[in-house]
Amino acid sequence: MKPTRSQVTGSAAGGHSGSPARGSRGAASAQPLRIRAVRSRGLSVRLDIRALTVVVLLIVAALVASVVLIGTGDFPIPAADVIRTLMGNGDAGQEFIVNELRLPRVLVGLLVGAALGLGGALFQSISRNPLGSPDVLGLGQGSTAGALIMIVLFKGSAFQVAGGSLVGGLLTGLAIYVLAWKRGVHGYRLVLVGIGVSAVVTAVNGYLLTKADLVDAARAVVWMTGSLNGRGWEQVWPLLTLCAVLVPLVLVNARPLRMLEMGDDVAYALGVRVERTRMLLMLSAVLLTASATAAAGPVSFVALTAPQLSRRLTRSPGPNLVPAMCMGAALLIVADWASQRAFGADQLPVGVVTGVVGGVYLLWLLVTERKAGRI
Amino acid sequence: MTSAPPGQPVSPLPVSRQPVSRQSASRPLVSRPTDMKTTSRSASVNRLIADDVTLGYDQRVIAEKLSVEIPDNSFTVIVGPNACGKSTLLRALSRMLKPAHGRVLLDGQVIQSMPAKKVARTLGLLPQSSIAPDGITVGDLVARGRYPHQGLLRQWSSDDERIVRESMESTGVADLADRYVDELSGGQRQRVWIAMALAQQTPLLLLDEPTTYLDIQHQIDVLDLCAELHEEQGRTLVAVLHDLNHAARYATHLIALRGGEVIAEGAPSDIVTADLVERVFGMRCQVIDDPETGTPLVVPAARRRRATATSGGAVTTGS
Repeated sequence: MKPTRSQVTGSAAGGHSGSPARGSRGAASAQPLRIRAVRSRGLSVRLDIRALTVVVLLIVAALVASVVLIGTGDFPIPAADVIRTLMGNGDAGQEFIVNELRLPRVLVGLLVGAALGLGGALFQSISRNPLGSPDVLGLGQGSTAGALIMIVLFKGSAFQVAGGSLVGGLLTGLAIYVLAWKRGVHGYRLVLVGIGVSAVVTAVNGYLLTKADLVDAARAVVWMTGSLNGRGWEQVWPLLTLCAVLVPLVLVNARPLRMLEMGDDVAYALGVRVERTRMLLMLSAVLLTASATAAAGPVSFVALTAPQLSRRLTRSPGPNLVPAMCMGAALLIVADWASQRAFGADQLPVGVVTGVVGGVYLLWLLVTERKAGRI
Repeated sequence: MTSAPPGQPVSPLPVSRQPVSRQSASRPLVSRPTDMKTTSRSASVNRLIADDVTLGYDQRVIAEKLSVEIPDNSFTVIVGPNACGKSTLLRALSRMLKPAHGRVLLDGQVIQSMPAKKVARTLGLLPQSSIAPDGITVGDLVARGRYPHQGLLRQWSSDDERIVRESMESTGVADLADRYVDELSGGQRQRVWIAMALAQQTPLLLLDEPTTYLDIQHQIDVLDLCAELHEEQGRTLVAVLHDLNHAARYATHLIALRGGEVIAEGAPSDIVTADLVERVFGMRCQVIDDPETGTPLVVPAARRRRATATSGGAVTTGS
């Protein structure tokens, strides 16, 4: 059968009767393709209802947890009052506590969680490996090194410590990229180079801690656990600005990233500009992770767990960027609430809770993947 | 959106890319080769050309000043011993490897200078190494072949859906649409990847060792499928194959490479001789007629005869 010219321009809207039977195989009755899309005037957007549901539920969970968290503390405020105050109708005392003390902390938590979740999903997708997340690759250690240098050697202010941590994270990201680059950055090499870099930087951090006096060392250790204590509007604005720029940029590149998961060759064949896309997305991921770490310290395991948990909920292949972002935000807020409730207000840094949860999760992941024969 | 009249056969080839002449499309395979050879020689410009290219990785040069034309509408097969530059040539033709010298032309344009998605709508590639993402279904994977035709706001048109369905039907994987790719057998999986490349709807399709790791039945199955795509849909196919007999049986145009040089090219029945096999592979053999198809069939010489005849000379040429 020869292909004919006439039918190609037509888009048989909804009708698949046009497909010819090719030999004996073509006769097989087609199962419906489980790909949904909203279409209008030649435009079409894919729709994954399950993923959408997961995202909505995660956002609701994060918001509810936020309201509860704002009401939690030495001066408890009922949820209804919290909402009224957020709307601008609270009394003066509650307004101060909510808007000046607790709201910025919650916002920092949401933004840090979202940035870590998104950064983690990007890294895991680029390295095609759940272990290729920023925690494992040593970005957190790099940020810590920057912060430690400011704390121990320069006795810097909180602002300078954040700056140092940002620079440390970015430099580490750059080092990993350069060292892992050999005609393109690939999964295992990225993970192994990251682990190597992580080991070196951890050694440096250990050395810096031994040089510190007791006050600085205590300050350093609190920073290294990751905490939202005392975070205010001055942390919110830079993070919010960064997310406002990077999140849309990343989401626009989500489709080429999905193609990259099938290997560089396939992505090339499909017309993805492989190295450009990967560099852009890695840079974004490093920026997101480094600034989240600068704001809250290296909160452990959110970047590792959020993408994995969200993809198990959506059951959808691909990087699952938006679900991972929402999962990160929800996880961090719930962990912060748990850290305050479990041992009294401000007793436990949030990083301890995420660390415990994440560690257990990591073990579970390793055990099950091993069963599946992947590791 | 316009709609096609239902019931009409639907071509997976975009209109603008359909070659005008397709006189050989419905002829039986066996009689084709001579015919194809004359077309390839007389046609002034073929769509895919490697012009005086030097190929290599870093410092290592694989091929120097190599010129190859892929005859339009052919099923071209590239053969040669290991490390002769077969796959390297294929990578260069699919613009994944930039020649250190010379150029690869697609429709008269230097392939590297063309927009990536535009190339991907003209030239498809089934690479040797591809990774099925965890938990992906067959339908979802094949649908990814539509990427070069899609955009941010054109993510899944009814055209996409129809073409994906057709691609799965013509490769016989339509029934597997909801299965996970990692549950499939090697043969089925290879069909799925071919379906993905088909969904890309390129008039030119390059296949890098599509039969590797498959058992004989699935090898023939995949090659039959390729022949079908070539004959029925008029696509130009370029494949790297290891098995010389498969190459001789299925190819309409054969390119024999050795050490980065074209030793011979043309219709298999014209060029495959005992002498050529010895020059290319360094192996003594007899060439007889394939009892099934009449194409050349290479029968390696028995060990004793090979040893006495070639002690020294041919042994050095392996790998």
